[in-house]
Amino acid sequence: MQASVRPALSVNIPPTVTNTAPRDSTPALSMRMTISKVNFFYGSKQSLFDISMGIATNKVTALIGPSGCGKSTLLRTLNRMHETIRNARLEGEILLDGQNILKQDVTSHRRRVGMVFQRPNPFPKSIFDNVAYGLRINGSKAPLSEAVEKSLRRAALWDEVKDHLHKSAYELSGGQQQRLCIARALAVDPEVLLLDEPCSALDPISTAKIEELLVQLKDLCTLVIVTHNMQQAARVSDFTAFLLIGQLIEFSPTPQLFTTPGDPRTEAYITGRFG
Amino acid sequence: MSARLRWRKFVSGFMLTMTGVCAFVAVSALFLILGYLVYHGGISISWNFFTKLPVPVGETGGGMANAIVGSGKLLLLATLFGVPIGFLGAIYLAEFSGGTTAFIVRYAADLLNGVPSIVVGIFAYAVAVLPFKHFSTLAGGFALGLMMIPITLRSTEEFLRSVPKELREGAMALGASKWKTIATVIVPAAYRGILTAILLAFARVAGETAPLLFTAFGNEFWSQGWNQPTASLPAKIYAYALSPYDDWHRQAWAGGLVLLGLILVINIVARGILSRGISVSRT
Amino acid sequence: MATPTATVPSAGPLVGSRSFLAKLREGDEIARLITFLFAASVVLLTVLLVYELWIGSSLPRHKFGFNFFRTSVWDPIFDQFGALPFIYGTVVTAAVALILAVPLGIGAAIFLAELAPARLSDTLEFFIDLLAAVPSVIYGLLGVFVVVPLMRSYIQPALKSTLGFLPLFQGPAYGVGFLTAGMVLAIMVIPYIISVSREVLLSVPRDQREAALSLGATRWESTWKVVVPFARGGIFGSIFLALARALGETIAVAMVIGNQPIIKASLFSSGYSIAAVIANELTEATSNLHYQSLIELGLVLFLLTFILNGLARILIVATSQKGSAVGNA
Repeated sequence: MQASVRPALSVNIPPTVTNTAPRDSTPALSMRMTISKVNFFYGSKQSLFDISMGIATNKVTALIGPSGCGKSTLLRTLNRMHETIRNARLEGEILLDGQNILKQDVTSHRRRVGMVFQRPNPFPKSIFDNVAYGLRINGSKAPLSEAVEKSLRRAALWDEVKDHLHKSAYELSGGQQQRLCIARALAVDPEVLLLDEPCSALDPISTAKIEELLVQLKDLCTLVIVTHNMQQAARVSDFTAFLLIGQLIEFSPTPQLFTTPGDPRTEAYITGRFG
Repeated sequence: MSARLRWRKFVSGFMLTMTGVCAFVAVSALFLILGYLVYHGGISISWNFFTKLPVPVGETGGGMANAIVGSGKLLLLATLFGVPIGFLGAIYLAEFSGGTTAFIVRYAADLLNGVPSIVVGIFAYAVAVLPFKHFSTLAGGFALGLMMIPITLRSTEEFLRSVPKELREGAMALGASKWKTIATVIVPAAYRGILTAILLAFARVAGETAPLLFTAFGNEFWSQGWNQPTASLPAKIYAYALSPYDDWHRQAWAGGLVLLGLILVINIVARGILSRGISVSRT
Repeated sequence: MATPTATVPSAGPLVGSRSFLAKLREGDEIARLITFLFAASVVLLTVLLVYELWIGSSLPRHKFGFNFFRTSVWDPIFDQFGALPFIYGTVVTAAVALILAVPLGIGAAIFLAELAPARLSDTLEFFIDLLAAVPSVIYGLLGVFVVVPLMRSYIQPALKSTLGFLPLFQGPAYGVGFLTAGMVLAIMVIPYIISVSREVLLSVPRDQREAALSLGATRWESTWKVVVPFARGGIFGSIFLALARALGETIAVAMVIGNQPIIKASLFSSGYSIAAVIANELTEATSNLHYQSLIELGLVLFLLTFILNGLARILIVATSQKGSAVGNA
């Protein structure tokens, strides 16, 4: 089968997608998640069409495209957040480590696939309790304060907050709040971290900090980021998928997609002719 | 300026001034009420009012200690009965139910909210007094609790619904189950609003008299137990105000001052909690 | 190279799509069930209340039928029960209350919504909310010791000497009676009219006002001819709400209406109201028919307030939706 020869990104890639194999990839590139033939409907309105792609382990995969293209919808299906919406329906298969996530227990799945949202959404609790939240609800026996410190260090927030861990999370700046949300998600050791336009509500300096952080986090987990900012995708990601009105137009290693796009629509988008 | 325009401007100014007078009259009613109670209640109130039992006609002194304790017991029962139903019912409405069930529950609550308190009294009399053949503190608590349910339920539901969707998603994305999301994020985020709702419901029934006439009834002495009739502040004020004795009138004024003071303080505290809560969660 | 499945941590059991058991284990189903039971108990209690009123009043409904509402003899000794005096008293006091409260309440609401700066408006609204929180026994207390003497010594003599040619203002001035009860009720329902009317007036889209002003209307004309008509439904809703409240009010009325089943044109006359007679006689009802007649009065009160509250809610919701619909367009 095709996949066994080229285990990289070519698994079930629809024919419209060109340049599917990263030129520089080694055969050892493994897939943390595999999306195959995903169709998504809000009621009778279809918003994703036959999407198939792989999410490479310990890499950053970026989803880009104009607003309304379905990139956030696709991201939300990866930890089944779409199920919180009434009348939403998903067809197809999404595998995490070879297992169909739609057949898993939803809450235990979400523990393995963390998510960071567009607007920072800390809980109305202390900084400490925010990070400890996931550990507590999962009944973790590990010493909390060590785990909290570890997560805050990973999120590059520790030095800024270590002296007032018990202050309300709302006293932090927007950028700090977003890193707190990342720390909160990291605390439960997710295998995959989904980020839905994590910098769209932040200033440039906070954005730079988060971008740096994402590159460091690659060693810990697999990242998928939705962004409307093409420079951001180019800076932080290893692979980039370009979506347009619910269809996956092109999926390639990031340098390749931005320098030699294989589809005229991709080229039009990245050169700023629409979107 | 034409005469007609001048006339129109005069009418405008005059009518707008009149609306101001209306507002002034309405608000001054509150201060008149407060003023009368502070004046008459203030000269009648004493330490004995809080510590002594009522004395028979002709003797001076005495107080409403049994009525104060009785009101406390009634309100405790009402809270224990009304708040869990209102609060947990609201969680069901805001988090679990959809469509028809929610509509029916909301409709029933709104209906219950509009029922005159005297009719609540009839109902409590029929189901909690007649079958047991005697008036009781429990029946009074049931009647007041029943009135707390719709207020607690509808406002709690509103406050739960106003918790931002992002917080809900944040908890669910960490693998929190639904009830854990509710218990650890949604309810804590809405707790100020919920507390306000409960306090307002409490204040609302604290002054109710009509439902108590047929349930807790009244008592000149300490109540002998939860299943025995008890005095209550509002019912005592009612009875004493209609009595022909000056000494009892003074007691009624003192009771009115205590009751109104309690209710207004709870109202002010409740609204204070809410307004502070809003400013925190919006930063 | 490790096979992908080898890296799977033992996170979740391989159950079917969120089986019932998994939900049960995590507490979701238990929580749903428990909260459902509490929510259902609200419905149950309400149904039980209506049932008790209906069953409890079957005797007089069968014995008197519609005559219950048409006859005016209320005699427990001979088991004759006609509710007309109570219905009359309830209607008259509520009417007096609305005649006094509606203009004042709407005027104040206009001031709060249209004229007063936001801060002043919020402060005044706070006082109005407190006024709404004053319990009825306090109104009764003030009614007995302040309003009744005032009526007897000043207001009723003054009305008699000026408007005494009207049958409404004739007869001896006792202080207690329809007029006094109506006045106390008016003060009690004003906060409801103000709060709700203010809300619906505030929901009138800004462009409605601006359109009128830009056409050269004075401020009052824009308010009275554009804003108020726009909010008319909601204002009527607030009046229905106030009416429902006035009809059902017990204690304050019982303290100042005089408690005599009299039907007289004069507002100075003593009277009786539905709620007051229930309050005074329920625990002392000697015969079953007497007791059940009082419950039938409760049923009447329940149905009246039910209809009025329902109408009020429809009007208020429709008006604020109209506001937001136009505002969004």
